[in-house]
Amino acid sequence: MQTITNDEVDVVIVGLGWAGSIMAIELAKEGLKVRALERGPDRPPEDFAYPKPADQYGYATRNKVFAKPRDAALTVRYNTQETALPTRKWGAFAPGTGVGGSGLHWTGVLIRPTPTDLKLKTYADHAYKRGSLDPDMRIKDFPFTWDEIEPYYDFFDKVCGLSGNTGNLRGKTQPGGDPFEGPRSNPYPLPALHDTLNSSMFAETAKRMGYHPFPNPSANVSQPWTNPYGSQIAPCNYCGFCSKYPCLNYSKASPQTTILDVVKQMPNFDYRVNANVIRVDLHADKKTARGVTYIDEQKREVFQPAKIVILSSFQFANVRLMLLSGIGKPYDPITETGTIGRNYAFLSNGGATLFFKDKNFNPFVTAGATGEMFNDISPGNFDGASLGFIGGAKIHSSQSSGAPIGTSLPPGTPGWGKGWKEGMVDWYGRSMKISITTSCMSYRGHYLDLDPNYKDPWGVPLLRMTFDWRQNELKLQRYLRDIVLNISKELKPDAMSESFLALDSHWDITKYVSTHNVGGAIMGDSPKDSALNRYLQSWDVHNVFVPGGNAFPQNFQANPTATIGAITLYAADAIKKYYLKNPGPLVKV
Amino acid sequence: MKNSLKQLLAASTLALATIAMAQAATDQTLVQRGQYLARAGDCMACHSAAGKPAFSGGLAIDSGHGIIYSTNITPDKQHGIGSYTEQQFATAVRHGVRADGTNLYPAMPYPSYAKVTDDDMHALYAYFMDGVKPSAEQPPATSMRFPFNMRWGMKVWNFFFASDKPFQEQAGWSGEIKRGAYLVEGLGHCGSCHTPRGVAMNEKALDSSDSKFLSGGELNDWPVPSLRGLPRWNEQDIVDYLQTGRNRNTSVAGEMTAVVEHSTSHLQSDDLKAIAMYLKMLSPTPGASASVKPQGSEATAKKLTAAKDLTLGERLYLDNCAACHFVTAKGATRIFPELDGSTVINADNPTGLLHVILAGARTPSTAKAPSILVMPGFAHRLSDNEVAELATFVRQGWSNQAAAVSEHDVARVRAKLEK
Repeated sequence: MQTITNDEVDVVIVGLGWAGSIMAIELAKEGLKVRALERGPDRPPEDFAYPKPADQYGYATRNKVFAKPRDAALTVRYNTQETALPTRKWGAFAPGTGVGGSGLHWTGVLIRPTPTDLKLKTYADHAYKRGSLDPDMRIKDFPFTWDEIEPYYDFFDKVCGLSGNTGNLRGKTQPGGDPFEGPRSNPYPLPALHDTLNSSMFAETAKRMGYHPFPNPSANVSQPWTNPYGSQIAPCNYCGFCSKYPCLNYSKASPQTTILDVVKQMPNFDYRVNANVIRVDLHADKKTARGVTYIDEQKREVFQPAKIVILSSFQFANVRLMLLSGIGKPYDPITETGTIGRNYAFLSNGGATLFFKDKNFNPFVTAGATGEMFNDISPGNFDGASLGFIGGAKIHSSQSSGAPIGTSLPPGTPGWGKGWKEGMVDWYGRSMKISITTSCMSYRGHYLDLDPNYKDPWGVPLLRMTFDWRQNELKLQRYLRDIVLNISKELKPDAMSESFLALDSHWDITKYVSTHNVGGAIMGDSPKDSALNRYLQSWDVHNVFVPGGNAFPQNFQANPTATIGAITLYAADAIKKYYLKNPGPLVKV
Repeated sequence: MKNSLKQLLAASTLALATIAMAQAATDQTLVQRGQYLARAGDCMACHSAAGKPAFSGGLAIDSGHGIIYSTNITPDKQHGIGSYTEQQFATAVRHGVRADGTNLYPAMPYPSYAKVTDDDMHALYAYFMDGVKPSAEQPPATSMRFPFNMRWGMKVWNFFFASDKPFQEQAGWSGEIKRGAYLVEGLGHCGSCHTPRGVAMNEKALDSSDSKFLSGGELNDWPVPSLRGLPRWNEQDIVDYLQTGRNRNTSVAGEMTAVVEHSTSHLQSDDLKAIAMYLKMLSPTPGASASVKPQGSEATAKKLTAAKDLTLGERLYLDNCAACHFVTAKGATRIFPELDGSTVINADNPTGLLHVILAGARTPSTAKAPSILVMPGFAHRLSDNEVAELATFVRQGWSNQAAAVSEHDVARVRAKLEK
């Protein structure tokens, strides 16, 4: 069956999104011969030149730059008693495909977790009475200290031209920023974006009520920026086509605007598109990989020999490739043995929509990350222990788009016809939201494995996701609801609607939340309960590195991109400093 | 005794090997210097065609009197210049005469290359013989119309118009200005485009002693700016532009894009600074630069911001251009060109502006500025009338002061694009 074998490379990169692009440039700069294989098509700037992306139906409704369920579906169930069914249409999350990956159409919120978020297990052991949390909870610490990882957050901030207010500079709290953020070695590279009316109203009220709001940290940049690789990012013009769209103005940090034009100049880097990797091929002893096999554009099977394999496709695609390739042992939730697939977590959102007859929010003048948030309700910053749950949320008022489809209308407005049209005329631009983006713990029964029933068009089993809400997350939602509604009342809207989970809610896969799926191939201190060591190196196959959201042991309330950038840079550094000199396991146990 | 002879032999062999290695190292340095000079001369621009090996020729150049195809200048003995002696090579480069005695057309800028020093010619020869891969590519034959197909006629042309004067510095020039002059007047052959041409397509001046030198003109219907003095730019702006295809207030477009990509972006900063110093020294061409009146700039920005009672041109600007260039026309430093006071916008001939509106532009990816920033073309979106209205507004908004553009002007440029 195997018909083609490519020339050997030093490094093969599977998936050319954020993680793949970072690995590509860092390892190509080291002089290694690097080849990236991307499942989707190329996405050159001509594809999203002004004004093509300003098309809500094409991009946001028809998911123009997302993976097609036919190519990337998985199956889903609530618990092990059920038979999982395939996702025939994206709902709760929507992974990207093509060069740039999800980094091309993300919103652009680039926020770090707090030092407590990274050491959540230590915090829980210290702050919660033994046995007071769900016995099935399996939260863990990230396997590095704040001081170890901070320089990599700092560098990635600069790669992206992070715009916002500094909150904690080398231990000193700064006015206007997040007082709860971990000490940063350098201030934000660029000043914050301008506030819109909703964010000013929210911030003012929240401040009066004792919270500590600050502008959403944004990778939609506020001023022209040249990053450490020499790439240029243009100042954002607040067109409002960010989340689900490629930026038409070179203003949103993406692999395209920050890395790819640089790495493409290097003669020792190349990339293939429409190259769908179906497995990592291991040597007979299963200790090292010898390359990867992919299906090319002409549907031919191609073997790509490589000395190092980087799995940098989307979170669950990475986990699936590990399972399909026999890298590590599949997780079993009954015996709690095996590591591949464990600690899968998602996140929840929700909030209130406030309607004002006499206010015009100009929702079409905005950036994806425009808004204000506060971090007072995140682990360690409030007394979660007395409330019976662990976790937290960003509470924010963001105005990410003014595109008309899906405009919020006051309760009671008809959903179609004349009444809906009248409602649109009366209420478009007259509402704002106060929203929550929450943490989500990991549990013994939430995991990923290969589906026994469903296969993809190449006959390869789909990944199966077993996940549902737990009381811990639902209690958190109810607590956040009280806070959001209190702030909302202070703002005195003419009408209001709300959307929060009830204590008996199940996970709804049909309604979009965010594509912040995490875990499944987590990093940790021990090969017993983690798939990867602190350098994202497989404990089992030492020349395989797996950067991405898959490495998070649970989900914090901060958006994941900053951390994906930081841990990928950390791993790239370890490959350069230690692995190349002495290939083998980088952490001894 | 035997032993010592052996030792002696061994030692001398070693010495010889060392000498040979030193020789090779020197040659490599020479070849590298030749490569750098070939970049400065932008030989690749004409002698390479898309999809063909480097320097194997075949690029079609429309002379207006027929098509000239560039030649294969790889060291292939049969199809290239592999059998040229250094003297023959120098004669071709400096005087436009091939080894077989026939004349080249002055699409080859030999009137400028005549100024290349013997030292540099030696390095160029070393590069083209040892640093370029031979290719057996045979470019199509040049097909000029009568009487231009009579190559001997070029001897007459050369007699009247070409110069074989070596490079001459002028009194009072610093070392840097001298270097800049040598690069601009010689290998850089900037005058090929930026010096106006006479009746016989001859450049009206070949060095700084004449104020017509680099005073701008037209090329393939594009307005070509004067390089004399460059009043709107400082030295660093010129260096940035040549090194990265962008600077504080503009980005490269049109034919110059390839010049930056293949030639000037590869030059060392010192050489670019020398070029900038030389250009700044030249007396500006009267009337070749727009004068900025801030008062006018504000009035236009205010009107666009208010967005009331807009003309069609103003409305089209808001819908198509303001996203990047903003209502102030300021753009963004090194990313989106500033439109206020821009040379191409204020040129008498609007063709360059119309071409950019219709076909767009893209910055080259250079070592110092890798980002490829694309301005889309608007040919598919705007009618001739709309482009004319838009261009007229852009040429008269803020402090710009140029004549209106007609629908006919647009149609003419569009027709050329669609060819």
